[in-house]
Amino acid sequence: MMTFSFDSLRQDKRAAIAATVGIGLVLAVFPFIVGSALGNSWLRILDFALLYIMLALGLNIVVGFAGLLDMGYIAFYAVGAYLYALLASPHFGLHLPVWIIIPCGAVLAGIAGALLGAPTLRLRGDYLAIVTLGFGEIVRIFMNNLNAPVNITNGPQGISSIDPIHLGGVTLAKPLSVLGITVPSLHAYYYLFLALALLIIFVSIRLQDSRIGRAWVAIREDEIAAKACGINTRNIKLLAFTMGASFGGVAGGLFAGFQGFVSPESFNLMESIMILCMVVLGGMGHIPGVILGGVMLTVLPEFFRHSAGPIQQALFGKILLDPEALRMLLFGLALVLVMLYRPAGLWPSTIRRREFSSGTDKEGA
Amino acid sequence: MKPTLLIANAISKQFGGVKALTDVSLTIRKGEIYGLIGPNGAGKTTFFNVLTGLYHPNGGELLFEGYKLRASAPHLAAQSGIARTFQNIRLFSNMTALENVMVGRHVRTQAGVVGAVLRDPQTRREEADIHRRAEELLHYVGVADRANDLAKHLSYGDQRRLEIARALATEPKLLALDEPAAGMNASETAELRVLIEGIRNDGITVLLIEHDVKLVMGLCDRVAVLDYGVKICEDVPAVVQKNPKVIEAYLGGSVA
Repeated sequence: MMTFSFDSLRQDKRAAIAATVGIGLVLAVFPFIVGSALGNSWLRILDFALLYIMLALGLNIVVGFAGLLDMGYIAFYAVGAYLYALLASPHFGLHLPVWIIIPCGAVLAGIAGALLGAPTLRLRGDYLAIVTLGFGEIVRIFMNNLNAPVNITNGPQGISSIDPIHLGGVTLAKPLSVLGITVPSLHAYYYLFLALALLIIFVSIRLQDSRIGRAWVAIREDEIAAKACGINTRNIKLLAFTMGASFGGVAGGLFAGFQGFVSPESFNLMESIMILCMVVLGGMGHIPGVILGGVMLTVLPEFFRHSAGPIQQALFGKILLDPEALRMLLFGLALVLVMLYRPAGLWPSTIRRREFSSGTDKEGA
Repeated sequence: MKPTLLIANAISKQFGGVKALTDVSLTIRKGEIYGLIGPNGAGKTTFFNVLTGLYHPNGGELLFEGYKLRASAPHLAAQSGIARTFQNIRLFSNMTALENVMVGRHVRTQAGVVGAVLRDPQTRREEADIHRRAEELLHYVGVADRANDLAKHLSYGDQRRLEIARALATEPKLLALDEPAAGMNASETAELRVLIEGIRNDGITVLLIEHDVKLVMGLCDRVAVLDYGVKICEDVPAVVQKNPKVIEAYLGGSVA
């Protein structure tokens, strides 16, 4: 009996290592495959997908775990992006390194999250949604109008010529040469974003399976019972807002460095809704589902954009409908279908059944 | 006489023009099972909600182990050792039975974000302790075999027991049960009675709101009766049962 269970355990471990190595290899060569098969525009989409995964995971903490419907999440993305833009562009003549700006962005966005959380602690559901929606718009309007009397954000023109991300003396804007292999800029960004996305996934998983994560879910399930269990719901909710926002701040900083340009346009309500859709559609509160949601909702609209034209050409011999308009139509249809047929999301969490007796530590620690 | 655990001093609570509680004073001693009964709408649950910090009283104060309880701070009430269950069960429906009890350990543990992310030895030890204690409590109340089922899939009686396990996880000195036998059949009520007596024998004081008069009279050391927000009687069950005011409150006016 003992040897059998030990053997199966060892086999499990081996399988896990094999799977990790396999996934790692796929992720490592993925940009080269995409780049050579589909071209640079898809590589950019891939980079954006990673940014949206970070955003979706951040919002998942607030909406998925703690059950607080936040419709203004993009504001934290904006805070991170503008901080990077202000500290690394000719606008103020500052050119701070990325390893200072990104953590600062996370902290500043976290503070913004707490500022949003504090006045909304008593609100839930639709009321909270309305207040957070207002908050998101306020941040965007601030960015739009903080160009007078003192020009801070350069108003609607936005901030351009932002420094590309550079680590040490290496800039990601030009192709890199590593061990004789040339890594183009988009690939380099992919690896950086992937590393940070993996970090955020790791933090999310660790938080979910912890005392704090359980408290978040308890608040989502029944706030009064959570209070009666001794959970300080005020602090734990503020913590959810802060953690979620800080992920958004990181993604925002990376976005600014990647894009080289930020303007208030990029942070409108539609973007907040898009990220909320990723969380809801993927499977609220379930990390793999949310990642899937992030990828799907970044890739699908682009797929429709790229395919709507050629398909019409092949079917009818000419383009009847503008692909740009058709893309959102098809996208909307896809959303409706998913919600009708998979109301819990594409990949909802299953009831976690522990295969082995509940006596064994599930972490194997 | 046993030492005092809780003193309620002239607690009043109004909702608009309705006086739900008027100058209710009572004393609960360590180690007893104290019953709180009264007709529907008498203010029993309101008293519970004031006691556990969910409502802010309009007047009066609560002394728990000699210290004044801060009003409307449920998590502080739990921290100082008052745990409760709810009349209409309030479990975390989409968490497993085990996780429900693990949440109850929150107030006695301290791992924060850094501990959760780094999972240092101290946090791992604490998590293992939480897990072990939660399992023990599930065994204690008798729902261990449903540990990995979602709380909402448990039977009604099991949900009541699970709620008690979650309350016990906070290491209470005073366990307040709001109609735990509601909706239970005779055999389930008998099992519940054994459970409550066991809890008391483990040194936890029990405050019990109950409609099942037979259960209250059989189980409680002392009983207080509320009627229209006023305490009309507080004594041992045998005396309470014979009190004319209590009979009047329950039967509605003098028997013609």
